[in-house]
Amino acid sequence: MGKQRVKFTFPTTMVKEPVIYRLGHDFNVVTNIRRADVREEMGWVVLELEGEDSEIERGLQWVGSTGVRVDPVSGDVIEG
Amino acid sequence: MAFVSGLKCRECSREYPAEALNVCDFCFGPLEVVYDYSTISEVISTDSIGQGPLSIWRYQDLLPANSQGRVDIMAGFTPLMKAGNLGKHLGLRNLYIKNDSVNPSFSFKDRVVSVAATKAVEFGFDTLACASTGNLACSVAAHAARAAIRAVVFIPSDLERGKIIGAAVYGPTLVSVAGTYDEVNRLCSEVADNYPWAFVNINMRPYYAEGSKTLGYEVAEQLGWRLPDHVVVPAASGAMFTKIWKGFNELACLGLLDGVEASSFGPDQNTVHHPAVTTRMHMTQAEGCSPIATAWKNGQEHVLPVRPNSIAKSLAIGNPADGMYSLRVVRASDGTAYAVPESEVVEGIKLLAQTEGIFTETAGGVVISGLKHLAESGAIKPDELTVVYITGNGLKTQEAVEGVVNPLSIKPTMTSFESALEERKSQEAGVG
Repeated sequence: MGKQRVKFTFPTTMVKEPVIYRLGHDFNVVTNIRRADVREEMGWVVLELEGEDSEIERGLQWVGSTGVRVDPVSGDVIEG
Repeated sequence: MAFVSGLKCRECSREYPAEALNVCDFCFGPLEVVYDYSTISEVISTDSIGQGPLSIWRYQDLLPANSQGRVDIMAGFTPLMKAGNLGKHLGLRNLYIKNDSVNPSFSFKDRVVSVAATKAVEFGFDTLACASTGNLACSVAAHAARAAIRAVVFIPSDLERGKIIGAAVYGPTLVSVAGTYDEVNRLCSEVADNYPWAFVNINMRPYYAEGSKTLGYEVAEQLGWRLPDHVVVPAASGAMFTKIWKGFNELACLGLLDGVEASSFGPDQNTVHHPAVTTRMHMTQAEGCSPIATAWKNGQEHVLPVRPNSIAKSLAIGNPADGMYSLRVVRASDGTAYAVPESEVVEGIKLLAQTEGIFTETAGGVVISGLKHLAESGAIKPDELTVVYITGNGLKTQEAVEGVVNPLSIKPTMTSFESALEERKSQEAGVG
């Protein structure tokens, strides 16, 4: 079992979609929301995921395929 | 000694000891250094600063690492020069350039890495690491060499040759990652979670970012302990932009500015705004990666991440960690955020080189083109004291300006030389 801290950013078209519910339901991943701000034009959610590493990876790939952006919690770690 | 009380979450205000941490365990918000300013105010003065070394460590009382064991390759105290020619070109009579491209590894990153490396050694780490598009990799490798510890630097495989060599020469373990930007980013984040290394911009980030405050201190000191009316700054993560502002406000609250009375820092050290700090903070980004400028233009409080596609690779951070905080600084200072068209970046590099003799990298081209826009739009008035920050050296991104090479190719005879010279004059007259 592993844990991963991630930030999801929802574009306008995905704001109303139950992505986090489906991540927990369709994959064997526990989702734990720590901070969020959802508005009409966009939304972001900072959360911790717990599960087998391979299952978290599979779940995150699915989240990315929906159009929701997945990032490390501290933003981009690549600097100039 | 460092006057650090601890770390504090910028979002939920939970407090932590001053350890190698960067994220709040509770809300995953970023951690910031908390200082004991009441003790600092007893020991610091413009005289004590003036007696310090000619590097960022002259401001040691306001930095979060112990200067006795500092890892110092003499970063900082770079020239602030009046830019008469460029000013004349842009209609600005009081324009100055803070030339940080002359730091030891040729970018402002030496400031932040000197602080992070010092802190890493203080914590007992034996490896200094980073993920970088070039400037940071060079600086981390150089400081690790100075500290005689190991360096591991991750770079995207398509990086410019000058930056790869500029990092490799210091002897780090250089990891060249083949993958999309997001894949490289995710990998490096995982590496940082799994190896007990001091990643300067991850677990050392609270300390690292504080090094950028010295860009604010130096400009104030070099102007005779006063602040400019405007500053123009390039932005990637936005951290440097917020720290210059923080530096200005620290100086004001400590009573170190000419004619300014000391005052309380209030409940939040990181958002304090002293009324004497009236500098307008202008941020510039390249259009191909301008999430902060876009949010400001659209009146949004949050920054929507983008996939970078810009010639200015050192500014190509699509999901800027300090984006939201830098937007607050723009608003608090009545500043602006401007996205420079990609086509104008090289023009900015050439304009600075051909008016002031300073060869900057693409980030500097962004700043100069942004300055031009601010001058033309009237946001900066002709007599207002303006400082532009040039943060990196052009020798690292020569590919961007290869088109400037157009020599007179001649035989070794006077006839050939004079003939070619005449031909060039005719061409220039024709163009003119």
